[in-house]
Amino acid sequence: MVDLQSPLGVTFIPGDHGNAAGGVGITLHERTNISLIQVTAWNNTIPTVLTAIGSATGVIVQNKPGHGRVAGEKSVFGFAPGRFMVTGATPDLEQRLRAAISTDLGTIVALTHGRTVIRISGSRVEWVLAKLFALDFSEHAFPVGTGRATLHHDIHTLIQRIDENSFDLYVFRSFARSFWLTLGHAAEEVGYRVE
Amino acid sequence: MIIKCPYCGPRDVIEFTYQGDATRKRPDPSSTDQNLWNAYIYDRSNPAKSHREFWLHTGGCRQHLVVTRDMSTHSISSVGFARDSKHAGDQ
Repeated sequence: MVDLQSPLGVTFIPGDHGNAAGGVGITLHERTNISLIQVTAWNNTIPTVLTAIGSATGVIVQNKPGHGRVAGEKSVFGFAPGRFMVTGATPDLEQRLRAAISTDLGTIVALTHGRTVIRISGSRVEWVLAKLFALDFSEHAFPVGTGRATLHHDIHTLIQRIDENSFDLYVFRSFARSFWLTLGHAAEEVGYRVE
Repeated sequence: MIIKCPYCGPRDVIEFTYQGDATRKRPDPSSTDQNLWNAYIYDRSNPAKSHREFWLHTGGCRQHLVVTRDMSTHSISSVGFARDSKHAGDQ
């Protein structure tokens, strides 16, 4: 079987970097061995598609802007009307979703090889992300589980809050290395660990 | 300028792409009246007051919006999905 190659390549250097005088402010980690599936419902099938996603993944989300949930390796969140990102460690996630969602209900796009997911966590995570994205990252404005679609220097990014101090960043695979380097520069001030 | 996207919430204008006047009406496709087509394509009133216009939330939910914006103050009085609008022209 062909080994999956990380687009981060030689720029992925495990260890501590930047100003660690005050401790490690954030930790960066590339999530691997996961499936990323984008599900889009038609205008009149959104509730049915959400039920189907729930039956295929066990994760049920509501039809509200940006609503989402995280359950271990699995997560679902909305980022546009009727559009949902479904993530899981199950290799057959795409097949399960295709079995549950016919073209009468919506469309499915497998993005496993098209996106890179970077998990950023730590006590200074909101500070570092606020340098890059024009969003309010405080927990009352960006609750756990919810997702956002936004831009980083004109490059589209999906963001989901995993817990109080963790976010997953979904970026285009072809831009992932550039973004990773930028993220490292933004995190130097607080000290960061790559693992 | 902050545009309050009906799905994403308030976002900076840098995430949006202007897509033009939302008040103009496309002439009957069978019309051969060149003045009518010329006016449809080129003539804009550019009022120094409230104006309806199309915006695309390029850097967010990628939905087409109809924004009512005061052209002189940039204050925004309403934002809605273009597909829900009954008064967004007939583009």
